[in-house]
Amino acid sequence: MDAETLSLSLELVSGSGPGLSAEQCAALRASLPLLHRDLRLRRLRLWGVVLGLRGDYVIARGWGGPDLLRGQLSFYSLNCVDWCLLPPATDAHIAQTQGIKGRFVGDPAHEYEYIVRNTAGGGDSALEEELTTHIKEEVRLTGTIAMIDREAAVAPRGAYIRNPLGQVIVNHSFRGLEVSEGKKLSSYFHFTPSLNPKKKSLLEKAALDPSIDFLDSLEHDIPRGSWSLQLEQGDSVLILRSLLWLGMTFYHVPLTPLHGHLYIGTGERNLDLPFMI
Amino acid sequence: MTDNAIPGPLDPEELQIQYAKSFLLQTDNSGLSLYEHLSALLSRILSERPPNALEVFESLSAELHWSRLKQGSDVLRAPREESHTCRKAEVQRALFSRGDGEGEESEAEGEMTESPLPNLLDLAHLLQQGGVNLGRDEAVRISLALKRLTDTHPLQVCHFWGKILGSGGSYLVAEVQFREGEDDEAEEGGEEEEKGEVEDDVEEEENEEAEDLPPKSTYRPPPVIPKEENGTGANKHVYYVCSEAGAEWVRLPPVTPAQISAARKIRHLFTGNLDAPVITYPPFPGTEINLLRAQIARISAGTHVSPLGYYQFGEEEGEEEEEGAVRDTYEENPDFEGIPVSELVESLSNWVHHVQHILPQGRCVWVNTSVKSEEEEDEEEAEEEEKEEENEPEPEVGPPLLTPLSEDAEIGQTPPWTAFLSTHLIPHYALAVLRSNLWPGAYTVSSAKKFENIYIGWGLKYMPEGYSPPAPPAPQAEYPSGPEITESTDPTVEEEQALKAAKEEAEAAAEEMEEEEDEEEEEEDD
Repeated sequence: MDAETLSLSLELVSGSGPGLSAEQCAALRASLPLLHRDLRLRRLRLWGVVLGLRGDYVIARGWGGPDLLRGQLSFYSLNCVDWCLLPPATDAHIAQTQGIKGRFVGDPAHEYEYIVRNTAGGGDSALEEELTTHIKEEVRLTGTIAMIDREAAVAPRGAYIRNPLGQVIVNHSFRGLEVSEGKKLSSYFHFTPSLNPKKKSLLEKAALDPSIDFLDSLEHDIPRGSWSLQLEQGDSVLILRSLLWLGMTFYHVPLTPLHGHLYIGTGERNLDLPFMI
Repeated sequence: MTDNAIPGPLDPEELQIQYAKSFLLQTDNSGLSLYEHLSALLSRILSERPPNALEVFESLSAELHWSRLKQGSDVLRAPREESHTCRKAEVQRALFSRGDGEGEESEAEGEMTESPLPNLLDLAHLLQQGGVNLGRDEAVRISLALKRLTDTHPLQVCHFWGKILGSGGSYLVAEVQFREGEDDEAEEGGEEEEKGEVEDDVEEEENEEAEDLPPKSTYRPPPVIPKEENGTGANKHVYYVCSEAGAEWVRLPPVTPAQISAARKIRHLFTGNLDAPVITYPPFPGTEINLLRAQIARISAGTHVSPLGYYQFGEEEGEEEEEGAVRDTYEENPDFEGIPVSELVESLSNWVHHVQHILPQGRCVWVNTSVKSEEEEDEEEAEEEEKEEENEPEPEVGPPLLTPLSEDAEIGQTPPWTAFLSTHLIPHYALAVLRSNLWPGAYTVSSAKKFENIYIGWGLKYMPEGYSPPAPPAPQAEYPSGPEITESTDPTVEEEQALKAAKEEAEAAAEEMEEEEDEEEEEEDD
């Protein structure tokens, strides 16, 4: 959600429960513009909150370049005033953080013990080595944010376009989804570079627009039913909640360009989802 | 169309322009020409003057096309624009209408002081400071919905319990207590009928005395643990749910111990439909309405906490009763001084549970199920009774009411509660916020003298290690295993021969013996 429309956006996602307190909200409105200015960012958004045992990480997401899918910078703050830059997420980070269980502590310097199983050799003679490595919570945070972005960041269809230079930019003529469109999962896209695009038949491709349909839609997500789409607040807001990352809420007011997503959760993936639906 | 320049040959440039224009003016099937389209588009751009005209040029053009297509609705057909939003708005508008009769108003004013209606806006304000958003408008709507509930039911206590999110819809939950003797809807009749039916079935089976009956199962289901009476234990409160403010409040049925223990073994998301079947393993006895009630009971037992000293045991209870009786009532302490917020945050021992712990049995008060009613005892054989007496189960004991939170078990290595101050900048007016880590979404916000519990979440307990469903029970043995029916391995030739030889020897020996005996007999005869 954009820093400028923070209060409105928080009101729209209020159906999910935990949010930001008035003090945090006010502090963010003072500190985010300064961060925006100091780092010469083009765009800055509040990404969400990762709840820890002793403290909460408030996460902001900034873009230095015009492309909204690349070159993202993540910042965290424990008090909504002082911001620290997170290291860019690499695949190694993400792989490492997958193995860590349990809640975030709330201390970026906290070290997790983490056991790597190396299998040397092949076949039956494989030797299992157990190496204990340490990971800082900061790194885990980076990896988790990247994972959440990869699996649960959402944009409505048409809100972003890919221009001839290949950059993904905001579509200024996006007027919002209609309610009938908004009730279909096919109108929402994963807002992340598509890693393994689904091969579509010619018939399916016929209705697509290459400048709009460059992302994967949520329609074919596995397991089926991993999204909860509802109309809330007197059916005036479309709310899309991820069941895989409980706490991720996407909102969109139909027929307006207002949309965004906010994650307020424990930073743990809901691995039990297949048993729950 | 401006063909008024017939006289005189045109100069070639003019002619080119004419040709070009006539090309642009060609109409397609819809009767529209590119010329008209472009002029409309350019006039729109010039009148609106968007800052990024080049960027939006294509989309503006597309929009213009669309707008032309959309115009063509028939005049005779009434526009059908009953949108969802309007329907919901109509439902919600009903909340805002005041009572029609003038007499009601004056009554309402008279009752204002005793009304059990909670001050939800106050609650929302407290929660907002603690970082839980109810939503400004939503709080008003919920408040009005609760008002409707208190107006139509004889309630003594009414709380907004919280909200449970589901994949298809969410539930607003109200926790109420009826005034004594006025609980007109105590739904007990239904279940008694069910029990009667089951008994009838059993009798019918017994009457069928066919000769070749299949062997009867020796499985005897474990005794049904009786549910707790309304007003006690896990059924102390009655809960009403509705899907959205303005919708009809639905009363949840009382919870049974079987439902609670089944709910502990499963992990299931709510769908937002109370009648949806709960298809899980191990099977859950009931539909979503029962699961919702069971989860509410578990969450209340786990997360409803209050500052130490806010509640106290009633003095009547203090008199010595039966041994082992669990005290289940408490009253507000009129002399409660309030605990400084900083102390509330520092130590969990300043907080106590004010809802009874639910035992593994699924009840708050333990019941010995092995004690049979007299009729059953008569039917049973004496031996079995003796056996059962030997295995007299140990009564389950949970922590008593008003146990401090510091006694709570840790979840793996995770502490069960996180306490923090709502603000560090203005400590004078800070609130203590307690967040449950066992039931994510459960919050308690407390100022020095008052507190509020709320739950807004998915109704799932925290599990650090991930859920794995229990393995199915071991298959039952089909028949008693014994030497008569166990298949033995065939003897080898050598063994057979050895056996033969042994038999022959034995026979030979026997013959010899007989001969000897005969001889002896003969001798005796002699």
